[in-house]
Amino acid sequence: MLVHSRRARRAVHAAFLALFLPVFALPFLVVLAASLATRWSGVLPAGATLEHYRAATDADALDALTTSLLTALAASAAALVTGTWAALAAKGSRARRVIDLLFMLPVAVPSVVIGLSLLVAFSKPPLLLNGTPTIVVLAHAVLVTSFAHQAVSAALDRLDPAYEQAAASLGASPLRVLLRVRLPLLLPSLSAAAGLCFALSMGELSATIMLYPPDWAPLPVKIFAATDRGALFSGAALAVVLMATTFLALLAVSRIRTRAVHR
Amino acid sequence: MNTGIRFDGVSVAYGGNIVLDALDLTVEPGEVMALLGPSGSGKTTALRAVAGFVQPVAGRVFIGDRDVTDLPPHRRGVGMVVQQYALFPHMRVDANVAFGLKARGVHGAHGARKAPRDEIAARVTEALEMTGMSAYARRYPRELSGGQQQRVAIARALAVRPGVLLLDEPLSALDAQLRSGMLAELARLHRDLPDVSMLYVTHDQIEALTLADRIALMDRARLQDCGTPQDLYRRPRTEFTASFVGNANLLPVTVTGDGVRLAGAVLDVPAAGAAAPGDPATLCVRPHAIGLGEGPNALRGTVTEVQWRGATHRLCVDVAGHRVTADVRELHETSSLGTEVTLHFAARDAVVLPATAAPVGPGGGAAHG
Ligand SMILES: Nc1ncnc2c1ncn2[C@@H]1O[C@H](COP(=O)(O)OP(=O)(O)OP(=O)(O)O)[C@@H](O)[C@H]1O
Ligand SMILES: [Mg+2]
Repeated sequence: MLVHSRRARRAVHAAFLALFLPVFALPFLVVLAASLATRWSGVLPAGATLEHYRAATDADALDALTTSLLTALAASAAALVTGTWAALAAKGSRARRVIDLLFMLPVAVPSVVIGLSLLVAFSKPPLLLNGTPTIVVLAHAVLVTSFAHQAVSAALDRLDPAYEQAAASLGASPLRVLLRVRLPLLLPSLSAAAGLCFALSMGELSATIMLYPPDWAPLPVKIFAATDRGALFSGAALAVVLMATTFLALLAVSRIRTRAVHR
Repeated sequence: MNTGIRFDGVSVAYGGNIVLDALDLTVEPGEVMALLGPSGSGKTTALRAVAGFVQPVAGRVFIGDRDVTDLPPHRRGVGMVVQQYALFPHMRVDANVAFGLKARGVHGAHGARKAPRDEIAARVTEALEMTGMSAYARRYPRELSGGQQQRVAIARALAVRPGVLLLDEPLSALDAQLRSGMLAELARLHRDLPDVSMLYVTHDQIEALTLADRIALMDRARLQDCGTPQDLYRRPRTEFTASFVGNANLLPVTVTGDGVRLAGAVLDVPAAGAAAPGDPATLCVRPHAIGLGEGPNALRGTVTEVQWRGATHRLCVDVAGHRVTADVRELHETSSLGTEVTLHFAARDAVVLPATAAPVGPGGGAAHG
């Protein structure tokens, strides 16, 4: 702790809450309240019902949730593999700058543009992916790979080369060094990157909405559709389901991470 | 399995900057060679050239009679121990020690047809016993002290039974007491493993003197001198050697017919080989070889400093403007500052060296008095 006196510490905490609550927590609390509400009273939701949750957990909604989960899983897995691969390849390579720049592009380009470009690129045979789940997964993967790449790149730069060298001098081939030493040492960063990719993909809307086929509509699309037709409370319930699921998934990932760190 | 190391004109450069300049050096099978020198002199670089982590721009490196210059590190079959241990933090001690055995695909030793797993377990146990770490096999590295981690690192390197062991300042992260204990232990290890050649990088002359069969002295990317510790200590050939291996008084003298002259005093120390009368030279006398009182080769001067060091007194005496350091047995009456004293030394304890342009002060690079 940087602050030692008890009173000063309390003041710091109070200031933190005063800033944190309105910015981060209030929107979340309003959504939570709306998901349980029956009507609006002024700017705040009022009344109490679980009715919206019945709708938010019906077959249709659960389908969307499954779609979201599968998309996020596939996209983060693809992003993690690609990002890690690229980071490993870029390490110590002369093309490092170019590769880093390339992987930054999807962040710099608006996701709507990514969606559009995929639509344009994959709408004609032989690359006809338009109207398939694959194109949604692909879009998500493209969007989150930069984060995976950046996280792994940074972790690789911090990794002490003494470990790899010790392993090599003990007779380990580069592949064995990678599998037994470098990747295990990168595990905390890899799992952090996985969590980030997963969360980003779970919430992605702008590219998804341009690409999703009718049988592969992730949850954010449903939320958007609900609010679009004025069903704010149902939309809120769906949003709470989305948040809770994402949160639980992140919790699971962070448990893997703490285990990896504290081993 | 007798494997030495041979550097054959090995040069290493970083970005055009030569940091190892045409090193010629042979470590005989079973020999402990200390690579001693000031910071930045290229010791680690020489070691890394053997391990394969740096590619020489010229010259060849041999391990045994195998030219390994173009081999990747994992094919060189050397053991390596570095200053910061580099134990794998995600593996327990036994897994760390087993790592090299698994990587190399251990064969049953001496044709014994043991299952590889049993063989690995046996070798891990053996290596941990050798370093006294058996009780810690199931711990993680971060649960060990620095000294224990270093033992594990040594066990890990030795488990694969390398013919060559490279050590880069393995004790420098330990405190002084632990260091001298580990030093004795390394010496014992080497007695137990007489076939293993060791290249031991250090900038600590005590470690080098204690452990090494021979010392290679490096300075500014070059090998300056190489010889047994006794040789380098008793018969140094250069001022750098004299000042870096042990403490030394280095005094500017002039060569005369059958001795040298130091500011008027004629000393009966024969100058080496080619020196002609009138040539400048440097007289090297160890502080402990100098006695107090009258005797042969007397030097008169005034005391400028007295340090009590337990068993000895260190006197610093100004002799005609030159500072002479003498370690004399504990004095009963301490000479006070400014007293006139006479010092003497035996001719066989002194060496006359060719003078160099920039004389090195007494005790240069020597932190241990
Ligand atoms: N990777 C590198 N890139 C550029 N220069 C380097 C590199 N490694 C070492 N050097 C330079 O090479 C020279 C020799 O370094 P080296 O590590 O061999 O010294 P050393 O004798 O081991 O010193 P120390 O006792 O401080 O460890 C130094 O001048 C150092 O700055
Ligand atoms: Mg070094």
